[in-house]
Amino acid sequence: MLELNLARRAPALSPVASEAGVKVATLDAVGRLALRVKAAALAGRASVDGFDLSGAINSRSASGESGGERAALRLGPDEWMLLVPADETDERLEAVTAALTGVAHSLVDVSHRDVTFSVEGRGADAVINAGCPIDVSPSAFPVGSATRTIFGKAEIVLARRAADRFTVTCWRSFAPYVQGFLIEAAKDTL
Amino acid sequence: MLLIDCPYCGKRPEVEFHCGGEAHIARPESPIEMADADWGSFLYYRTNPKGLHAERWLHGHGCGRWFNALRDTVSDAFVATYEMGKPRPEVSPATAKA
Repeated sequence: MLELNLARRAPALSPVASEAGVKVATLDAVGRLALRVKAAALAGRASVDGFDLSGAINSRSASGESGGERAALRLGPDEWMLLVPADETDERLEAVTAALTGVAHSLVDVSHRDVTFSVEGRGADAVINAGCPIDVSPSAFPVGSATRTIFGKAEIVLARRAADRFTVTCWRSFAPYVQGFLIEAAKDTL
Repeated sequence: MLLIDCPYCGKRPEVEFHCGGEAHIARPESPIEMADADWGSFLYYRTNPKGLHAERWLHGHGCGRWFNALRDTVSDAFVATYEMGKPRPEVSPATAKA
């Protein structure tokens, strides 16, 4: 592993969590691996190193094995974001690489690129829609959905974890903007 | 908001997409053997129809994939979207008006 990987690179985020009905909170660091592999190269394999890759496009598949929860967000036909506990990142990176030996793929540790916020409470969907144009009604974006989209002027990865709980993942450099936008929008949900 | 039917993601808002110009333009096999006028035509000349137009679109703020779309340049209606590499679909005039 590169020494660079050990650096802590945190955005300058306001410690203020939203006091409104919808809580906006910064989540703890998590390991994120960007995996690109074509279906033809996977040759029908549904999982790699315990990550479930069989989910539909724009869905989140989680599997909890001995190590801790592993989630695979399928963001495109050949693209996944793999989420692992922060302290297992390097271990999983090596394990997935080993599991895909001989398979044409790209696997990059992007843990420090992103920051994740949780948006939770009654009216969380309205807070998301304050900046995000996609339909987040339960029929169009049910629990378990995850997709790349935009929020205001920033690109985000939006996941619905429960009816009233979303996670918003954005690039570190956009994080103060996204956090401020979310907190402002949450003020309407008192 | 205009919804575009991404072949991979389904109906998504227009702001997630980016247009990449006319579709189905194949690069000539051997440019060196072409007349300058033909090469210039390939590089710079595009059709500009009033009506159905095949275009490349990128779902950049989504699945990140390119696809082709048939768009009516008069009404801005997306009549069909299809994956890269597939032929331009035949569309009946009745469908095109919708």
